[in-house]
Amino acid sequence: MFAYAIRSLAQGLLVLVAVAFISFSMFRFVGDPVANMVGQEASVQDRQELAERLGLTDPWPVQFARFMGNAVKGEFGVSYRQGRKVSDLIKERLPATVELAVLSAAFATLFGVLFGVYAAINRTGLGSNIIMTGSLVGVSLPTFLIGIGLIFIFSVELRWLPSFGRGETVKLGWWTTGLLTESGRKSLILPVLTLGFFQLTLIMRLVRAEMLEVMRADFIRFARARGIPERAIQLRHALRNTLVPVVTIAGLQLGSVIAFAIVTETVFQWPGLGALFVNAVQFADVPVMAAYLMFVAAVFVVVNLTVDLLYFLLDPRLRSGAKIAKGH
Amino acid sequence: MTKNNNASGPVLSVSDLSLEFVTRRGVLKALDRVSFDIARGEVLGVVGESGAGKSLTGSAIIGLIEKPGRLSGGEVRLNGERIDNLSPEAMRKIRGRKIGMIFQDPLTSLNPLFRVGDQIAETVMAHMNVSRAEARARALALLTEVGIPAPESRIDAYPHEFSGGMRQRVVISLALAAEPDLIIADEPTTALDVSVQAQIITLLKRLCRERGTSVMLITHDMGVIAETADRVAVMYAGRVAEIGPVADVIRNPQHPYAAGLMGAIPALKKNVGRLAQISGSMPRLNAIPPGCAFRPRCPKAFDRCAAERPDLMQAGKSRAACWLVDQGVPA
Repeated sequence: MFAYAIRSLAQGLLVLVAVAFISFSMFRFVGDPVANMVGQEASVQDRQELAERLGLTDPWPVQFARFMGNAVKGEFGVSYRQGRKVSDLIKERLPATVELAVLSAAFATLFGVLFGVYAAINRTGLGSNIIMTGSLVGVSLPTFLIGIGLIFIFSVELRWLPSFGRGETVKLGWWTTGLLTESGRKSLILPVLTLGFFQLTLIMRLVRAEMLEVMRADFIRFARARGIPERAIQLRHALRNTLVPVVTIAGLQLGSVIAFAIVTETVFQWPGLGALFVNAVQFADVPVMAAYLMFVAAVFVVVNLTVDLLYFLLDPRLRSGAKIAKGH
Repeated sequence: MTKNNNASGPVLSVSDLSLEFVTRRGVLKALDRVSFDIARGEVLGVVGESGAGKSLTGSAIIGLIEKPGRLSGGEVRLNGERIDNLSPEAMRKIRGRKIGMIFQDPLTSLNPLFRVGDQIAETVMAHMNVSRAEARARALALLTEVGIPAPESRIDAYPHEFSGGMRQRVVISLALAAEPDLIIADEPTTALDVSVQAQIITLLKRLCRERGTSVMLITHDMGVIAETADRVAVMYAGRVAEIGPVADVIRNPQHPYAAGLMGAIPALKKNVGRLAQISGSMPRLNAIPPGCAFRPRCPKAFDRCAAERPDLMQAGKSRAACWLVDQGVPA
């Protein structure tokens, strides 16, 4: 298992280096940062000086090495547009995105598994038909439409919830949280629902399909023949076996929730990383874009590693892979 | 509770049990008026070709018929009490507690994600009012009894850490966990190595004899039947063709199908050249002929076989469903 973890880690690092190279090459190919930073009236000499100060005149391997070295330290340079350090910008925006994504993920997983199990157990009931039909909506409607629809109902018509922003936040060290104020909590509801809805329906359909498959297995029949109560068969034996494959897909989905909250953040003007990225793209603010790309890659690598390790927890067959040889 | 007030009667009594599958193309009769008894402590072998209804009979007794199938007649009595019309919850309490079951493939019978000790303890706790510690102690005793080496450490092992034979031992301990009166063993050795098969059969036989547990042993291995069973039922096309003491059915089969089956057993002593073979194959469920189901393949068929279906009739110590043994007295 240790060797396996090391191998996964090495693969993850390789991915990060590859993404770093792509991020870095954006500096050379996306727009002209110098033109963006200085006004129309700047002289050629001014431009030359600025380019030199930013290190844009060095040969590219040197620039890449410098970029990598800084990236390891969490430094991505200075935003062309805002003139502030990118690491500070990310630090400022991170709590909003993490709070939104983690709550969405929790919401999607909890209700996804719950509805999925329900729909699998009561396969032909009215409740599961409603759930399955509803899930089709979730799978096929684009996120922004769901967000706008929710805003229309709960903010415009009913006036229950705010339509944009984080509300009041409380500072805990460098972290800001919206969970401690009423307006913060209210502001979270709609974005969380919007971001989590697609994942919820996906996880739910997956859990249902897997569970129906597992319920046909021989060991379920044998558990029935042993007189194990049906509830215990469904919730202990079947669910645990269902979760092994579900964890993989759900894990990757949750990674994408953190990484790609862009649409939801734009619809709700959520002051998170996604909104930062969208603004950066509009102004060819390459350092911010590069940092965001690296952040997304890091999230996926970490999520993947976690999923691999969860596999070991859930499935004893992997845990003792090496021990099988000594069996009888 | 009912164990003692019916000690003399059979443990299991199946009479005229019929089972059908309702499909879009019509109703298929998979079991047609199957009747037999199993006495206390007796081993009844059930043999027949694939599709003869052996396993289905086992599933029907224990109440685990899959959806399109349904019981369409007859009854099943356990210790004299009807169990085929019980509620699902009442039937669950009988499964494992009164009737244990062993399936063909030990590799897939155990939940791969749970320790074997936990699976045994779970079964014990589902039926007996014991604490977790007591259930675990019982699991350990059972593993010891079925011959798992070093049971103290193996109790916390997962199914994949056992070989096929060892897994089938675990499955047997699971079937015996709540001390049932009857074990239905559905081809318990088919998926195992030949060298392990005899061990498993011997173990099952010994454990059941010690406890006075009856066994319904479903197999197509006549050798296993000859060694293990007290009586044997030969099934054909969802019906019982012949039932009787093992020695009589093997040496002196009354039903032409049983005779054909016995003639197809290879023997080392006799030098017969070619083994006898029954021509043709068993009819499909949607094409069972009227009268005797075996008639189209039967070398001794006559007019009456096509017109009337024979019921089980006394023939020596056995009973056979064949007009050849008809004495003119309704059985």
